[in-house]
Amino acid sequence: MPAAMRTTAPAVETVVRVEGLVHDYGPRRALRGVDFEVGSGQIFGLLGPNGGGKTTLFRILATLIRPTAGRASVMGNDVALRPREARAAIGVVFQSPALDRKLTTRENLETQGRLYGLGGRALREAVDAMLLRVRLADRASDRVETLSGGLMRRAEIAKGILHRPRLLLLDEPSSGLDPGARSDLWDHLRELRERDGVTVLLTTHLMEEAERCDRLAILSEGALVACGAPRDLKAEIGGDVIVIATAAPEALRGEVERLCGARASVVDGTLRLERPRGHEPIPRLLETFGDRIDSVTIGRPTLLDVFVLKTGHRFWGEAEA
Amino acid sequence: MRRGLAATLTLMRREIVRFLRERNRVFGALVQPIMFWGLFGAGLGSSFRPPAGGGSIGYAEYFFPGTVVLILLFTAIFSTISLIEDRREGFLQGVLVAPVPRSSIVLGKVLGGTALAVGQGLVVLIFAPLAGIKLSPASLAVSLTVMAAIAFGLTALSFCIAWRMDSTQGFHAIMTVLLMPLWLLSGSFFPAQGAPAWLSVLMACDPLTYGMAAFRRVLYPGEGPATQGLPGAGLSLAVTLLFAAAAFGTAVALAQRRGSGVRA
Repeated sequence: MPAAMRTTAPAVETVVRVEGLVHDYGPRRALRGVDFEVGSGQIFGLLGPNGGGKTTLFRILATLIRPTAGRASVMGNDVALRPREARAAIGVVFQSPALDRKLTTRENLETQGRLYGLGGRALREAVDAMLLRVRLADRASDRVETLSGGLMRRAEIAKGILHRPRLLLLDEPSSGLDPGARSDLWDHLRELRERDGVTVLLTTHLMEEAERCDRLAILSEGALVACGAPRDLKAEIGGDVIVIATAAPEALRGEVERLCGARASVVDGTLRLERPRGHEPIPRLLETFGDRIDSVTIGRPTLLDVFVLKTGHRFWGEAEA
Repeated sequence: MRRGLAATLTLMRREIVRFLRERNRVFGALVQPIMFWGLFGAGLGSSFRPPAGGGSIGYAEYFFPGTVVLILLFTAIFSTISLIEDRREGFLQGVLVAPVPRSSIVLGKVLGGTALAVGQGLVVLIFAPLAGIKLSPASLAVSLTVMAAIAFGLTALSFCIAWRMDSTQGFHAIMTVLLMPLWLLSGSFFPAQGAPAWLSVLMACDPLTYGMAAFRRVLYPGEGPATQGLPGAGLSLAVTLLFAAAAFGTAVALAQRRGSGVRA
């Protein structure tokens, strides 16, 4: 990879621009007017529960479906009007592998390269370099169907970045990966950003993964409920989060709210509320509800708290699809 | 344009490589038609009445070109089932987001299927002398061209059918009610002459009838018992090419439609 690439790409450049994006599947509205921008060199996460609209947004950006209304552009190319130009700037890594399992790793990369206009020696060199880079050189002549899940994902990413796209789109990249392969994946993504200035946009429903992004957009029921750096989003909440484990969270909710003077929400069978100084109400909570409480913990706000605060949702589960 | 061509060639090559790695496909497309030929040729030989005109042509000989066309049809069907697999396994979506015209993608897939069909058809065609059909280098060359035109049309047609499908089960149903009758009614299995009027009308409407006729006419140059009563060479060739073009045009149009995503 040329060293020059490190110094190019001013941080202010916009790689992805999404404006008023609406998408309907028949009568069902999957996206309700979404706006955000992704600057060059960021790892940008689309976080949300399954059914929240992430995958629809991903498919629009990948030029697979047309939005019902609004615009989305990649490097200034509207994905609906100038798909060819947008496609050339994008590398796509799908959730389900897009590799041909009957072909070898090398053949898969060669096929991909030719689809993106590479040929001859340039193609051979690009494939060789990529195989070394993702540490698959020793499996180059093996059929993809013989690779493990982690290696397959690596081959998939190699395929996505072979033509050196400015933007790499990944749909739920960690799904089906063991923890080792997952951290491996993140090393690759960071290296891509640092070494090649590639902008990364990924979808995820995992909080831990979202924490690692430079910026996040939280999607719920087709709407953007928050957008910013994970740190800033959590700082918006401020203070501490008190989590009360109890057998009857709903029954306790009203009394706890009165006692603490703050709104509480029920999340996964626990009561959660935020206070500027989390430790203060704890003695009184324990005195008042003693035997009705299993445990009380205080902690810094998490992205889950951000999600609960912004949506008022109680569950981080499957939204109805 | 050049990129489109490179994409077509690489997708076509992929079809062939995949085929060679899946031995059971070779078996399926070749063995069944040959078995049909052997069994029907032997079983119907004694009851077969050749097309009027008094010439002598046995059923095994009559059915031989039909067997070759059946191989073309089966290969087209198999390569289209691979399209459904490409969609299901995810390979297709990777191709669809590449900066390549959809027409190049369709052409790669259809040409790949055509090459496989003609290749397998050729393997059987060289045994034509055993069935009593004389081959010359010239008639072999022209036959291959006609076979390619038939195979291209059939592969493009099954591409249209398979494009929106995500299970091979649905495809099997359509194969039975649409593609097999297309072949049965083409004059490959029995001649139109001597068939009831309603049947000959159906046969005249079958585009494959003209492909079959063109094929017989290049195998038997000049009028003879084997080509008696068939549509003329010019008409047959024109319908065959027109059908191939229409099926390909439809396939491209289908592939170009970037839907609202209900099933994309």
